[in-house]
Amino acid sequence: MKIVMAIIKPFKLEEVRDALTAIGVHGLTVTEVKGYGRQKGHTEIYRGAEYAVSFLPKIKIEVAIASDQVEKTIEAITSAAKTGQIGDGKIFVINLDHAVRIRTGEADAAAL
Amino acid sequence: MTFKRPYSAGLVVLAAGLFATTAAYAEPTVNKGDNAWMLTSTVLVLLMTIPGLALFYGGLVRSKNMLSVLAQVFYTVCVVTLLWALYGYSLAFTGGSDFIGGFSKAFLMGVTPDSKAATFSVDANISELVYVCFQMTFAAITPALIVGAFAERMKFSAVALFIPLWVTLIYFPIAHMVWYWAGPDAIAGAAKALAAAGEGAAKIAAQAKLDEVMADAGWVNKKGAIDFAGGTVVHINAGIAGFVGCLLIGKRTGYGRDLMAPHSLTMTMIGCSLLWVGWFGFNAGSNLEANGGAALAMTNSFVATAAAAMSWMFAEWMVKGHPSLLGALSGAVAGLVAVTPAAGYSGPMGAIVLGLVVGVVCLFFCTVVKNALGYDDSLDVFGVHCIGGIVGALGTGILVNPALGGSGIMDYATGKIADYDFAAQMVSQTIGVCTTLVWSGIGSAILYKVVDVIVGLRASVETEREGLDITEHTERAYNM
Repeated sequence: MKIVMAIIKPFKLEEVRDALTAIGVHGLTVTEVKGYGRQKGHTEIYRGAEYAVSFLPKIKIEVAIASDQVEKTIEAITSAAKTGQIGDGKIFVINLDHAVRIRTGEADAAAL
Repeated sequence: MTFKRPYSAGLVVLAAGLFATTAAYAEPTVNKGDNAWMLTSTVLVLLMTIPGLALFYGGLVRSKNMLSVLAQVFYTVCVVTLLWALYGYSLAFTGGSDFIGGFSKAFLMGVTPDSKAATFSVDANISELVYVCFQMTFAAITPALIVGAFAERMKFSAVALFIPLWVTLIYFPIAHMVWYWAGPDAIAGAAKALAAAGEGAAKIAAQAKLDEVMADAGWVNKKGAIDFAGGTVVHINAGIAGFVGCLLIGKRTGYGRDLMAPHSLTMTMIGCSLLWVGWFGFNAGSNLEANGGAALAMTNSFVATAAAAMSWMFAEWMVKGHPSLLGALSGAVAGLVAVTPAAGYSGPMGAIVLGLVVGVVCLFFCTVVKNALGYDDSLDVFGVHCIGGIVGALGTGILVNPALGGSGIMDYATGKIADYDFAAQMVSQTIGVCTTLVWSGIGSAILYKVVDVIVGLRASVETEREGLDITEHTERAYNM
């Protein structure tokens, strides 16, 4: 099992969700985050004060999937979240040791 | 009022009848229309402070300090209201010395529903109690303006002590110096008596009486400085006090490094708009009568504000490349500040020029000068109110000129508009500005030091980092 974690542009969330649903991935955790990568921030000006805002708002999504779904999932997220502009985000794949569905106690593949 | 008390009304009529047979001039009368307008203006000025100024300022601070600003402004209104009734009105608006009034109306002694206060016309009085309340709202907003300069780092206990000291020792004297005078009825009456007096001893006595009436005024007022609604008394006064405060208290922790962006420009826009609406009570109300003069003050308060908002916004657009909402709002307030002393004296086209000028001047002070000197005037009380007030005070001296569409200055002794003298008027205006800068600048510095010794001015660095809302008030503005 794997966790696919992706940092995407906030306005791409709905498209990514639709793409994941289409390939049979159900269940998604979403977090509003801030950060920076190659996309530098922007400048905000309030009267005389100029602020370089280097942390930009992004959306972090996390999905737990079976190992054989990893390629499909990356493909779905990439195609949905891509604009071609700097700042589209990144995808990280992490090993997942164990999973439990709280309601039933089902474990691992049955819990996903 | 009198219809509820038929017996006293009868006595008044009887007394008036007896008086009319013995005195040469009738008692001034209270006009119900003027009274109604002044009651309305009074609540409009209160609206400026709460919630207008409170929201304007509150939106500009970080969300962790929102309540501290609202609390300081609301507290200021309450404490000044009480002090005004106890002794403030008496100190500001009774005769005494050139610099401060006396205690003859302390606790509003002798001020009853039948008491009258002078306006700017002979034989047109308003109820003294509405004048008391109207001026009370001015005393309340002035120190509330100061809190913007040291926002986000002053202890509430320090504010709680500083405000009553400041209004007592700075505001009441300045209001007395600039605005206290005998009034048109007294001056016109004495002038008529002089004209009626024959030669010899009678004439000398009448002249002495007129001199005495003319001398019964504040120091700045006697110097001929004109301030229609409080450019010096309110804005320069608060602006310089804020400037001294931010220098003495020091910069906010993290100033220049941390993001200190306004937490809600939406609130600031609402507050600014309420200020503009309320300012019609401030400026047009300062005419004290519901007549053409009030309409002129209203017109000027519309056009100068719009002009200043546009000039700030477009100047910023040219220099920085973007037109900002905060720029337009700041310009609007600067325009309101500048037109305050000029409202009843300038013509509308003069007011537009004044607005265009002040928008650019205040932008320059809030950006270039502030960054060059490096002081942390959190919400630009100095750059907008002090500088805008000075531009307005000096501009009033120019724009009052009838040749430029101004109203001229009434000479109540002759009953005519006085001849305009540019140099003399500018000297008078400068005296008004400098008196306020010196009195408030030095006086405020002393008061900050006193408060620092007694309770300490500044919140601790930990408190400041955590935010004043939760540490000082144990509340949060937003529980989301």
